[in-house]
Amino acid sequence: MKTLFPFFAVIVLVLLVFAGVNMAGMQFLFGVVIPYAALAVFLFGVLYRVVKWGSSPVPFHIPTTCGQQKSLPWIKQNKIENPSGSLGVIVRMALEVLVFRSLFRNLKTELKDGKVVYGLEKWLWMAGLAFHWSFLIILVRHLRFFAENVPPVIKLIESLDSFLQVGVPLFYITDAVILLAVTYLFFRRVYIPQIKYISLASDYFPLFLILGIAISGVLMRYFFKVHIVGVKQLAMGLVSLKPSIPEGIGVLFYIHLFLISVLFAYFPFSKLMHLGGVFLSPTRNLANNSREVRHINPWNYPVHVHTYEEYENDFRDKMKKAGLPVEKE
Amino acid sequence: MAKLEKPEELIKIDHTPPKKDWMDTPAEFKEGMYCWGAKGKDLKILDFPNARDWSPKEEDWKLPENWKDTILEAMADRLSKYRSFRLFMDICVRCGACADKCHFFIGGGDPKNMPVLRAELMRSVYRKYHTTGGKIFGKTAGARELTLDVLKEWWYYFYQCTECRRCSVFCPYGIDTAEITMMGREFMNLLGLNTGWISGPVANCYMKGNHLGLEPHAIMNSIEGMIDDIETITGIRVNPSFNRKGAEILFVTPSGDLFADPGTFTCMGYLMLFHELGIDYTWSTYASEGGNFGFFTSNETAKRLNSKIYAEAKRLGVKWIIGGECGHMWRVLSQYMDTWNGPADFLEVPKSPITGTVFDNAKSMKMVHVTEFTADLIKNGKLKLDPRRNDNLKVTYHDSCNTARGMGLLEEPRYIINNVCNHFYEMPDNTIREQTFCCGSGTGLNASENMELRMRGGLPRANAVKHVRDQHGVNMLANICAIDRATLSASMDYWVPGVKVTGVHELVANALIMKGEKERETDLRGEPLPGKEGKE
Repeated sequence: MKTLFPFFAVIVLVLLVFAGVNMAGMQFLFGVVIPYAALAVFLFGVLYRVVKWGSSPVPFHIPTTCGQQKSLPWIKQNKIENPSGSLGVIVRMALEVLVFRSLFRNLKTELKDGKVVYGLEKWLWMAGLAFHWSFLIILVRHLRFFAENVPPVIKLIESLDSFLQVGVPLFYITDAVILLAVTYLFFRRVYIPQIKYISLASDYFPLFLILGIAISGVLMRYFFKVHIVGVKQLAMGLVSLKPSIPEGIGVLFYIHLFLISVLFAYFPFSKLMHLGGVFLSPTRNLANNSREVRHINPWNYPVHVHTYEEYENDFRDKMKKAGLPVEKE
Repeated sequence: MAKLEKPEELIKIDHTPPKKDWMDTPAEFKEGMYCWGAKGKDLKILDFPNARDWSPKEEDWKLPENWKDTILEAMADRLSKYRSFRLFMDICVRCGACADKCHFFIGGGDPKNMPVLRAELMRSVYRKYHTTGGKIFGKTAGARELTLDVLKEWWYYFYQCTECRRCSVFCPYGIDTAEITMMGREFMNLLGLNTGWISGPVANCYMKGNHLGLEPHAIMNSIEGMIDDIETITGIRVNPSFNRKGAEILFVTPSGDLFADPGTFTCMGYLMLFHELGIDYTWSTYASEGGNFGFFTSNETAKRLNSKIYAEAKRLGVKWIIGGECGHMWRVLSQYMDTWNGPADFLEVPKSPITGTVFDNAKSMKMVHVTEFTADLIKNGKLKLDPRRNDNLKVTYHDSCNTARGMGLLEEPRYIINNVCNHFYEMPDNTIREQTFCCGSGTGLNASENMELRMRGGLPRANAVKHVRDQHGVNMLANICAIDRATLSASMDYWVPGVKVTGVHELVANALIMKGEKERETDLRGEPLPGKEGKE
C-alpha cells in the first residue's frame, strides 16, 4: 500500500498529461499554466516554511559536539567537529551540506555470537551523495534552455558531464548516476526490513516522481527525440513572460515537464524541505561556546523556586545543631 | 518485580520488525521495561498538574477530562517556542541511518526504539494537527489522531530513551531525538504522567537541595564518614567547610557521590585533592545537587532546580564554581544554566588559585569541570603522583553521553587517567568519544523495577568493556558520571562480571602523594595496594 499508492499516483500523473496533451490539446495548461503555478507554489511555499521555522526561536544552545572542546590551551581542539567560533561552524556546515559529513559516519551495527560488531556501511552515503550531486548538475545543465546564449559555466559543466565522449547525442554520466542512485534508494527501502518498516508513502512518492522525471528525460534525449528547438522556444517564452506553445514538441516533453511541476509544487509540503532545514538545524549550526558567551532565550520567564530562606526556615534547628552557619538565629 | 533472564537468554535478540504496521500495533507494557508511576505527594510538592498516585499497569491512568486538549495546546505552544522541535518534526527523510545507533534498539530489538520511529510516534500526531497533508490524507501521509493508545505508547517509549544523543551524531540533519523525548515528557508531565523514580528525587531536590533528600546534617554526617576513612588510609584529617561565606570557590557535585559506593570513593578523591591543594572552597547543603532530574520532567522544572547553584554562589559571595563528575549535570550546566539563570555577573572569570590558569572557555557561566581543573594542575606539575599505586588496575574509560556530545570533554579525563594509572586501554573507536554509548540508565531510568530495560540498554557499552577485558584484562571502568558509577556497576555485574567501576578522582586520590601522609597500605576502597597484599 505504502509503495503501490505513490507508484500509481505517478502513473496516473503521466496518463493525465498523455490524455490532456494528446487527446484534449491542453498544451497551454501543461506547458504554461501548470509550470507557472508550480513555480509560484514552490517559491512561496518554501519561503513560508523557512519563515515559519525562523519564527520559532532557538531557546537553548544545543550543538551536538563531535570532537574535543576548546578548553585548556595545550589540549588540541577539534575546530570543525566542535567549533567554538563562526569559521568552524561554517566549515562544519559546509561539510555537512556538500559532502554529508554525518552520514559518512554511518556504520552497521550487528549482533554476532553474543558480540556487538560494527561494520562499514557507506552505501547510503554514496548513493545519497551521488543522487543529490547528479540532481544538482542536471538542474544546472537545464539552465541552457533558459538563456539565449548558453553561459560558459554551463558549457563547462556539460563538457565535464559528457567527458566520456560516447554516443550521439553525447552521453551524460549524471543521467546514469541519478537513475542508479534513485533505484538503489528505492530498493533499500523495500529490501532492508527496518527501513521498510519506517518508510511512509511520502518516502516513496518523491522517489517515483524523480525516477519518472529522469526516465522521461533520458528517453527524450537518447531514444524518442522531441522537437528540441520548440522546447527551447517554450522555455524562453516562459522566462521572458511571453509564453507561447510551439507546434509539435511531443508528448514526452509534456510528461517530463509536468512531473517536474508536480515535484516543485509538492516540495514545500514534504520532507524534501530538508534542503532548507539542514541549514537551520541547531545541533549543527551553533558554535559550542555557551559557557563563554551567554545564549539568550527570548521567552525565558521567571519560575517559582525554593529559596535559601525557605530552606533555612525548614532546617534551621538541624543546621545549628550540626554547626552550620545560618542567616537568622 | 519481573524476574530478569540470564544474560545468555537476554542477548538472543531479533532485530527484524514484525509484518504488521507500527501504527496498528499498540504498545504492549512489558514488566521490567518501565518504571512505576509517580506518587501524588511528590507531584504536589512541585505543584505539578494532576497530582495523584497512579500506576502505568492499571487500565485507568486517572487522566483529567481534557487531557487531549492539554497536550495539543502544549504541542502548538512548544512548536512556536522551539525551532528544534518544529524543524525536527518536518525534515526527517527516514533514511534510517539512526536506526541501529540506539542502545535500546541494539539491546532490545523493539522497532519503536529505532530513533526515527521513536520520533515518528510524535511526528504522526504533529502531522494530523499541523500539516495540510496529514489533515487531508491521514494515515497515508503518516498522520494519526492522538488517542489514549497513542498516549500510552508515548509514555512507554519516551521513557525508553535516555536522551543520549548518539543518534544525532549520525543524522545528516542533526535531528536530536533528545529534543523530541524531552517534549514528549514535558507534555506528559502536564497530565501528571511522571515516574516515581524521577519525581521523587525532583521533589527531594526542590525541598532539600539534593535528589537523595539528604538534610543538611545528613550531608555532613556522610562526609564526616569519608573524612574518617581518609584519615585511616592516609593519616591525614581533611577539613572541608560547609555553607561558608567568603570562600573563593563553591564546589557542587551530584549527591549520588555522597551516598553510595563507588561514588563515595570519588567524593573522597575530591576531598583529598582540594585539601592537598589547600584551596579556599566550600560545600553547600542548599545547592547540594549538581545533577538535575528536573531536566527529565520539563524545562521549567529543570530551571527551578538549577537556580540554586547561582543563588547559593551569590549568597556565599564566592568567586567561581567547580562542578564534580557528572554527565547530564554538565549538559544542563554547559548548555542551559547560563541561559536560564544567568548572567552570573556577580562571579569572576574562573582562575585556578594554584596555577593561575584562567578558564576562558567558561568566562560567562563561571563554572569549571573538575577534570579541566585537575588536568591543568597535572600539566603544571602541581600534583605529586605515584601512578604505581593503581598498578593493580587495568583501566578503560567510558565517556558520558552528555560530556561527550554536549560539551566535547574528551581529552581532559584521559590526560588525568594517563597520569595517575600505568595501564590504560581504550575501548573500540565506535563506542567511545562522540560515538560513546549510554550506560543504559540515564534520564532517570536508573530504577530497579525496569532492570530488563536497563540491562538491554547497557548491552553495547558492556560489550565494548568485555572486549577490552578479554583483550587486555581490563578490570576497572573509569567514568565521570554519578549515574554511571551506580548503573554501570549493575550492568558490569550482569554482562561482564569482574569489572569494577570508578570515578576518575578516585584514581587521582589513590595516586596522590599528600604532604605528611603515612605510608598507605590500602587504596580508598580499603583494598591492599599493589605490593602490600601480604600485610594484613
